[in-house]
Amino acid sequence: MTTKINAHGVLLMLMFFPLSGLSADNNGYNFGKKLSEPDIRKIDTTVMSNGQGLPAGSGSYIVGKELYLKKCAACHGVKLEGVAGAGNALIGGRNSLSSNKPKKTVESYWPKAPILFDYLKRAMPFDAPGSLTNSEVYAISAYILGESNVIDAKTVLDAKSLTDINMPNKDGFFVWPRPGAEKQENTVKK
Amino acid sequence: MPKPSAIEVVAETETNQADNSRRRFLNRMAQLTAGGVGGIIANQVNASTPGSVEYAVPKDPTKVQGREPSLDKGYGTRSQFETETRLHLSAPNKQVSVSFTPLENSRGIITPSGLHFERHYAGIPTIDPNEHQLFIYGLVDSPQKFSIDALKRFPSQTRTHFIECSGNSYSEWRKPTKQSVQETHGLTSCSEWTGVLLSTVLKELGVKKNASWMLAQGRDASSLIRSIPIEKVWDDAMLVYAQNGEAIRPEQGYPLRLLLPGFEGNTNVKWLHSLKFTDQPMLSRWETSHYSDLYEDGKSRLFSLTMDAKSVITFPSAGMHLDKTGFYEITGLAWTGQGRVKSVEVSVDDGKTWQKAMLQTPLLPNCHTRFRLPWEWNGELAVIQSRCIDETGYVQPTVTQLIAERGLNSFYHQNGIQSWVIDKDGYVSNTHRT
Repeated sequence: MTTKINAHGVLLMLMFFPLSGLSADNNGYNFGKKLSEPDIRKIDTTVMSNGQGLPAGSGSYIVGKELYLKKCAACHGVKLEGVAGAGNALIGGRNSLSSNKPKKTVESYWPKAPILFDYLKRAMPFDAPGSLTNSEVYAISAYILGESNVIDAKTVLDAKSLTDINMPNKDGFFVWPRPGAEKQENTVKK
Repeated sequence: MPKPSAIEVVAETETNQADNSRRRFLNRMAQLTAGGVGGIIANQVNASTPGSVEYAVPKDPTKVQGREPSLDKGYGTRSQFETETRLHLSAPNKQVSVSFTPLENSRGIITPSGLHFERHYAGIPTIDPNEHQLFIYGLVDSPQKFSIDALKRFPSQTRTHFIECSGNSYSEWRKPTKQSVQETHGLTSCSEWTGVLLSTVLKELGVKKNASWMLAQGRDASSLIRSIPIEKVWDDAMLVYAQNGEAIRPEQGYPLRLLLPGFEGNTNVKWLHSLKFTDQPMLSRWETSHYSDLYEDGKSRLFSLTMDAKSVITFPSAGMHLDKTGFYEITGLAWTGQGRVKSVEVSVDDGKTWQKAMLQTPLLPNCHTRFRLPWEWNGELAVIQSRCIDETGYVQPTVTQLIAERGLNSFYHQNGIQSWVIDKDGYVSNTHRT
């Protein structure tokens, strides 16, 4: 899936890709330092929308509820309804997207569940970003998606079960490089 | 929640609204007392004007020695009489916030670094450049890290580009909402940027053939991350460390920012920390939940990355007052993420006729372009508008055309023609025209 391949882009790709095998050892500037796997792991928490990169660990709705009330509710509300001046609503708004008052929440808008894991892991909770363990992130995800009625409250989330979730708005996105160009429907599908 | 719509998180707090109305009141007072042409330029002296130092004003500066230049400790400040500031809005809190560039008194095309607009998701991090590293990994032959000093050793480039938040003019879809060009269009700014072309650095590592996207991650507390198409990476992406001749300001990404000329602001990742090459886009929170354009049928467009042609008249504009009839120079800014601005047309008769404005040269690609049109105001009600035509032939649409294509909920990428109405008393305000 790409957004924009115009003639210019194709030309540039042809120009540069033959060079892409050039390594730092071949007349390069050699200003960089080799990165080790542990170096990369330290900063890379990236989870792709297809679940690639999801770590080991697991979490349940009930554990997630406790964590949510302790670490998230102050900004996102005890009922996940959002708090003005603090954090957005996380649930509700299903079927509102084509109305004149669309409500974008995790429940109504987010196309893939692994994105929720990724965002919670990198940026939340707001007062201590990056402090949640992987299992805590699975648990809080289970609580938010449980309250959204996307999953059963008994579902324990881990890498596999989180990836398998069908989000309500999974077919709600398309890529359209530019008006006039051909629309590519439902590109977020698995 | 008392938001006008749940489309996005941009919501004014009561405090902000109070600040805005106080500011408008002060502007109005200044208009009433200043009495000069285009009297919005406030003449008041404010002891706490940011970026200035308050000094006593002698009656006749030719009769007393001026202050010692070294009092500034080697870094200058602006005049105490200048009051231009960014306008901050919580969106929804003080860290996750936005600030608007005061375009109404902008001159030329460069935005002073201290007035460049901001969008933050976790406030402004303080980063020591001596320990900051850029990690490049994923689908590359040789994963490497680079210090800031190392990046500065590469052959450098200096280019002047605008950066526009794709949320710019978000408030202007349904009705004329904001009463200053700062608030309607102040999420675009333009700087001279210096750094190294990303392609120069990437040739050091060898990018694998199956790498079709690059994930760029910032080092703020949100670890903001966006997927960038590989074509853009090789085309004109830059790693920039300088802005307008000095180090990038902290709020603009110090010590390192990704610059993607013509792409929506959010992809120009600040505090750049890592570049990961992949065979697919990530679909991060910032490219699905945010920065996707909701259409009328409830489906959303992903990766609407290029900023289309847009323009706005900065003088005269909403909140200003013309206190005399006669000559005025209409002036404004035009820009496009599709290359160069080809022409700008201005209407002073509610869109009935359009005249070609003069463009200030040089015309640079993906850069603010200053336009001007001499105009005689006859004291009658006038609606003034501008439209930008870029080198691809794209014509800036009317708001009505935009709504017909996308509905009212897409929030982002509002590049419609802006209309200002000047009433018979010379007061300028925001209006919508079909």
